[in-house]
Amino acid sequence: MSLADRYSAGEHRFGMVIDVDKCTGCGACTVACMSENNVGVLFDETDKLRSITWMRVYQIDNGRPFPETQVAFFPRPCLHCEGSHGQHTPCVSVCPATATDYDEHTGIVSQIPTRCIGCRYCVGACPYHARYFNWFDTPWPSGLERPLNPAVAPRMRGVVEKCTFCYHRFQRAKNKAFLSGGKVEEMDYQTACTEACPSGAITFGDLRNPNHKVAQLAASPEAFRLLERLGTNNKVYYRTSREWVRRKADNYLQDEKTGQVAASQGGGH
Amino acid sequence: MDDSKFWPQGVTRCKPGAFIAWMLVCLGLGGWAMLSAFLCIYKGLNQTNMNDFFAFGVWIVVDLAIIALGAGAFFTGFMTYVLRRDELKNIINAAVIIGFICYSGAILMLGIDIGQPARGWFGFWHANVHSMLTEVMFCITTYLIVLIVEFVPLVLENRQISKVPDLSFFAHNLHRIMIVFAATGTFLSFFHQGSLGGMYGVLYARPFAYRTGIVIWPWTFFLFILSAIASGPSFTTLIVMLTEKVSGRKLTSHKVKMMMGKVSAYLLSFYLVLKIADTLYWANVTLPKMGVTFGELYGGGPYGTYLVWMELGLFGVLPALLLLQRRVRESYGLLALAMVLNCCGAVMNRFVMTIQPLAIPVLPFEKFVGYLPSWQEWGISAGVIAYGLIIFSLAYRYLPIFPQEVELNKG
Repeated sequence: MSLADRYSAGEHRFGMVIDVDKCTGCGACTVACMSENNVGVLFDETDKLRSITWMRVYQIDNGRPFPETQVAFFPRPCLHCEGSHGQHTPCVSVCPATATDYDEHTGIVSQIPTRCIGCRYCVGACPYHARYFNWFDTPWPSGLERPLNPAVAPRMRGVVEKCTFCYHRFQRAKNKAFLSGGKVEEMDYQTACTEACPSGAITFGDLRNPNHKVAQLAASPEAFRLLERLGTNNKVYYRTSREWVRRKADNYLQDEKTGQVAASQGGGH
Repeated sequence: MDDSKFWPQGVTRCKPGAFIAWMLVCLGLGGWAMLSAFLCIYKGLNQTNMNDFFAFGVWIVVDLAIIALGAGAFFTGFMTYVLRRDELKNIINAAVIIGFICYSGAILMLGIDIGQPARGWFGFWHANVHSMLTEVMFCITTYLIVLIVEFVPLVLENRQISKVPDLSFFAHNLHRIMIVFAATGTFLSFFHQGSLGGMYGVLYARPFAYRTGIVIWPWTFFLFILSAIASGPSFTTLIVMLTEKVSGRKLTSHKVKMMMGKVSAYLLSFYLVLKIADTLYWANVTLPKMGVTFGELYGGGPYGTYLVWMELGLFGVLPALLLLQRRVRESYGLLALAMVLNCCGAVMNRFVMTIQPLAIPVLPFEKFVGYLPSWQEWGISAGVIAYGLIIFSLAYRYLPIFPQEVELNKG
């Protein structure tokens, strides 16, 4: 199936390709994301089961002893799933209060914190742990409010939040395009993590636009998605030339070959 | 202090001192719950041990369990008023009260469980019609209203309240149209019991929970309905038996209890056939397509295969076989034992479907994480039980809920 046919109709399908072989695990994407999106620092950031990291970097290894040990990193934003038919992401379909939404024009899964009731059903539905609940009031010690990004509202305790592909940047790019009478260009809309990555491992753009680099990279045979066979049909691709890395990206039965299993569920009911 | 003039006509109850002492015990548990609730609302859900891996915890397990066990209300109502099994009129009042306790308790608990309790109504205002949870919210709330309508005439039948002619007239007429509410309750309850199951079955990115199904309904939708109506009548009967043991009085004839046992037996057997078929299909067809095996899902930490044997064997097939036998149903003790096992099965199913899908990592490089509830979570759970004990104790003491009581305790 071609890249364009994987997703429902819509003007854009913004997505990402992350080159695992280029990622050094430095965490610059995580820091840039937190700064851009006003993710606060909790009193106890050692509790990683409750701290908020929209862009989390997972470290994996090949399980072999030294000197054959190899390490790789999976930076993991929200993967902006689409499911089998447009709005059937694991999370959007379950939210009782329509506090998370699938944008038909961009393919971005949004989150509306002021509407979220905090039931956490979406957190349980997401297999990637990309959704974070605000277990605490985020402390903003005096002075720390000054670097807050005015384009992004900080969230309150008791609601869920997640990566939005820096949607406010898309809004800004649209405003610019409107004023200049042109279109949103590839470089007008880039996420903070993409810009921050020092090794250029992250490529962002419109998967629907064949001129965008991201569309070309995602079409590569070395590109794959996390848990692809569950049918989440997400828009964050990874790339590697290492077989063991790719095998870690999905669940396989013992006799199955890496990367040769099609999505089977297709988004459920 | 003598409150005997408020007791139902012709019955005796324990001394006020003993009753007050019992209430104080329950209120003590209630105090623990109130403190826990205050902390959770004032300081936030960081007072619990839930986290982003265990988005649901013991509260949701208790919620689902008591809603399943409270299904005795709607199914007994259905059999009594719609199927016209008059014998069950001797237990329907108790079933309604237990149902009311279970549903109102669950809603109270959910009020604490959501991160923004003041926004609870958003589920109605911004309803997402695709979400099973939306349907659960609608049906539980509306069914609670039905239960209140069913409960009100019982309260109005109190010996002193019924002396007021208008209230007596109102209660009498409510009774006459109870079939309407019983039928409405049946419809609503069927759907939300199913939706609670559907909530898990639709999680297509969570292999442990996901089930195939028909049209928009995963098989868990139907299985949850069946397990609820199989265990609900057993739970209602068990509470009546427990009240009999505590009060030392006979409240319903054994024939009524046997009938409830028989209903549970057939429904539980039917449920088990489908549940076992569902488990086999899921393990052999659904899971391999997702790249995981049954052994992997039941091999993590404390969540071993013994859970399957307990849920389907000890708390499933065994009580079904016991309840199917007339000899067992005739024995008070064995009937109670089989019913306890049956109810444990429903609770265990809700536990397994709530906790285990979250406990088992889906990403191959994700780690297994454990969860044990905090004292605040236990406090609220205990508070719901205390709430039930208080309501049922008051109802038993002051309301004529057992029509056979006077006759069975003559002499």
